[in-house]
Amino acid sequence: MADTENKELKVREKQELAAPAEQTRSGLVFTPHVDIYETEKEIILVADMPGVKTKDLTIDLRDDTLTLSGDIEPFENPDEQDMMIEYEVGKFYRQFTLSEVIDQSKIDANLSDGVLRLALPKVEKAKPRRIEVKAG
Amino acid sequence: MIYRRMFGFPGWGVRSPFTELEQLRRQIGRMYDEYSGTPSLRGRAGVFPPVNVTENRENYYLRAELPGIRAADLDIQATGNTISLAGERKITGVEENARYHRREREAGKFSRVISLPDDIDTDQVKANMTDGILTVVVPKAEKAKPRQITVK
Repeated sequence: MADTENKELKVREKQELAAPAEQTRSGLVFTPHVDIYETEKEIILVADMPGVKTKDLTIDLRDDTLTLSGDIEPFENPDEQDMMIEYEVGKFYRQFTLSEVIDQSKIDANLSDGVLRLALPKVEKAKPRRIEVKAG
Repeated sequence: MIYRRMFGFPGWGVRSPFTELEQLRRQIGRMYDEYSGTPSLRGRAGVFPPVNVTENRENYYLRAELPGIRAADLDIQATGNTISLAGERKITGVEENARYHRREREAGKFSRVISLPDDIDTDQVKANMTDGILTVVVPKAEKAKPRQITVK
């Protein structure tokens, strides 16, 4: 796997949401790329949401469904003309169903440099527990 | 028709047999774009990162989405009338015994050069990295700015 160190990043087109629920304002909606990994104590979710500020981010967890929703403020001056556009700008939205039971009071969210990092600690009883089998 | 063009029929010169296919491919690609409703102003970027270039009277603006990259990992240079962006994206903060459920974000190096049509003022180029969006403001050189000509 030595060549993963020097590999060049490839372009991946932004994924548009296939069937978004009706929005009140028109605009494109994209699904952010995420990494989800799990340790013994918590589930960590890292999402790329460039251009989203903390005040425009909504994280919702109910009924085992986690919803990430980020709004983008337009940042171009009105007198700018497009010369070459290679990516579109739009809101971000993604939903996940969580299989583990999460301790909602201890969720930690951190948004910096356009990357959202969510730490979802598992409830105590979801940790694996060895069950002793007694003979007899 | 391709046969005729390959042999330098007057006025056409020698063309690769693939140019017609290339044109056809582009036309079909444009038709697909119109059909699906996405704006066809979008070009297909071949190199990471996709960059949007816009301009107004005084400046060019280059924007790229680079989440998770800190200013220190970026190398931006302005030479002549080109801007080059290079850097590396690292994925950090993963613990040792983590099990991945999903892995969509990539890490690696990137490097790209953008050529601008007009002369630019390389001393005044400014770059700003906020919330994962890199904005490079490239002022046009004085002589390249459009001059308003009054009609008497």
